[in-house]
Amino acid sequence: MSAELFSVFYQFADVFAFLILSAAGLAIVFGMMGVINMAHGEFIMCGAYVTVGLVKLGVPLPIAQALAALTAGLIGVAVEYLVVRRFYKRPLDSLLATWGLSLIVTQSMLLIVGSSITGIGTPEGSFAIGGYTFSTYRLVLFACAVAVLLGLYVTFMKTRFGVLARATMQNAAMARALGARTGRIYAISFGIGAGLAGLCGALYAPTMTLIPTMGATFVVESFVTVVVGGANVLLGTAPAAVFLAIIRMALNASYGQIIGQIGMLFAVILIIRVLPEGISSVLVRRGR
Amino acid sequence: MKSGQRLRTALLGAILGMAAFGAVQAAEPALKVGLLEDVSGDLAFMGMPKLRGSQLAVEEINKKGGILGRQIELIHLDPQGDNARYQEFARRLLSRDKVDVLIGGITSASREAIRPIIDRTTTPYFYTNQYEGGVCDASMVSMGAVPEQQFSTLIPWMVDKFGKKVYVIAADYNFGQISAEWNRKIMKDLGGEVVGEEFIPLGVSQFAQTIQNIQKAKPDWILTINVGAAQDSFFEQAAAAKLNLPMGSSIKVMLGFEHKRFKPPALNNMHATANWFEEIDTPEANDFKKRWRAKFADELYINDMGYNAYNTLYMYKMLVEKAKSIKLEDMRKVIATGEACIEAPEGQVCIDPKSQHTSHRMRLISVGPQHEVKVEKDYGTIKPYWLGEIGCDLTKKNDKDQYTPSHLPKKS
Repeated sequence: MSAELFSVFYQFADVFAFLILSAAGLAIVFGMMGVINMAHGEFIMCGAYVTVGLVKLGVPLPIAQALAALTAGLIGVAVEYLVVRRFYKRPLDSLLATWGLSLIVTQSMLLIVGSSITGIGTPEGSFAIGGYTFSTYRLVLFACAVAVLLGLYVTFMKTRFGVLARATMQNAAMARALGARTGRIYAISFGIGAGLAGLCGALYAPTMTLIPTMGATFVVESFVTVVVGGANVLLGTAPAAVFLAIIRMALNASYGQIIGQIGMLFAVILIIRVLPEGISSVLVRRGR
Repeated sequence: MKSGQRLRTALLGAILGMAAFGAVQAAEPALKVGLLEDVSGDLAFMGMPKLRGSQLAVEEINKKGGILGRQIELIHLDPQGDNARYQEFARRLLSRDKVDVLIGGITSASREAIRPIIDRTTTPYFYTNQYEGGVCDASMVSMGAVPEQQFSTLIPWMVDKFGKKVYVIAADYNFGQISAEWNRKIMKDLGGEVVGEEFIPLGVSQFAQTIQNIQKAKPDWILTINVGAAQDSFFEQAAAAKLNLPMGSSIKVMLGFEHKRFKPPALNNMHATANWFEEIDTPEANDFKKRWRAKFADELYINDMGYNAYNTLYMYKMLVEKAKSIKLEDMRKVIATGEACIEAPEGQVCIDPKSQHTSHRMRLISVGPQHEVKVEKDYGTIKPYWLGEIGCDLTKKNDKDQYTPSHLPKKS
């Protein structure tokens, strides 16, 4: 019995971690800043490739993962400065621009690095409960997802940068009038978003096939989670991930992966119909 | 002096130019070979060897004087794994470029997307992958292995060696569905039991729940017919969770070279039946590998798709030369004699007149903990007999249909 209970928790944690880690970066870039970032998957791929490259050079995995997230973040700042900055007032054009970027990046990676590279293998470690065996690394992923949420909470609610960032996202002109350097705040926020996407790729790199289009497998889940969550990163993305993870886990377990995916997307349609502003609109309203 | 010399040079040039022009006019125009292979998108890592195999064969054939004295012009388009684009590009190659033969397609979905378009023309079509079998269509020659060569060998062997309970994970499209149907039929004939079947949407990369479902069902072995880079993540995740079950497949190792892409021991205890895998160690195979690597030094693995794509051009050459014609009906007369054979690196392969599928030398291979590949059993040459047995006879009637164990031809 306890084995079954743990198995349910483990499966929930696994889907939850996947949703949170793939959506956290997008929650900032799309949820807060309003940039429809179609290149989100490519930041994830960047994190994965840098991680694998560094591990093959002999860098220990956790350090490689941190450096990969940092690399993606820095590239994010550069992309914001060179491309995204020009599209804040034209959200639909930002969709096209970032989509173009995504195509350029995947095709360049295909031409330069090749169609596939050898993986590095998941870190050793597994444990058995009842008749089941589990990979320890999947629990590490869950812990990382929780840590990312905590980190976001502290960054955006408890620091000076967080206050300025939220002020800028709410009303950039007013924030600028009050002396906030909104340009820099946008760049840093986008960088954090890209860095979190890179972290997602870095964390999942050992468990997946590495190909230039690997980011695409995260993109649907990340957009869905952010859209269901709504504009608030913490009060939106986290409950959305809990909600979608429960639905998907339950359906996966009872009816298999197809029904799991269909069911999750169906739930998304229902929520968007009932709550067009996302879950956070309800939670935030109640909080006031 | 100087101007006189220049005039003479110009005159000479003009004469030579005219001569060259005349020569081009006199030579036969090149044979146009249309090729549809994914070299970008999710399946690029498998499509690239197919393009390269075709390029290698074209280069070799052209160097030796082409086909019936005509050079081959390869026109490759990249449909990027998109079935709508497959259709668009097939139409373009057939009606605008007017290719003499069409080759390619990766997934069975892409093949079925373009087959009706090809059927409206008189252009021959070669499908170069192993697949779930059953296509009875006079326009199509299938160069890869089919279930009676892959599953009828592999599944009894797995049952014999590991046990009667199997769990299936399959990609959720026609290839996975029909392959799973084959497995059900063969397991039933063997008195085995399918303890679980899970169809996975393409693009899914997370398998924690699937792994637990497998552990709950307690199979003796797993049939893995999952497709694409995302779904291949199953192996890494199953290894990390210490699933440790024997696996069998019709597409792993020789086709997707997972044993080269994943760190050992993710593919440990995988089994597959194949007509080609790079580890084949015969003089003919080694010679072929040497030529391939001389042209493409960076190849991670020469897979069976690339190998079949290479053979396809030689098969086409043989058919055209025996028929002394590039017309489909004339080539089919050669096929009908049952003597449409070539000497391939695996050995002699022949086209079966009834089904227009190809015989293959099949071997059962296993992957060890260090991802070393071992030949477990050599089945010799196996003919593609199933379609003929159920009543497909292209020498008499063109069904243009795809049959499965549950969809058989109507008795007439």
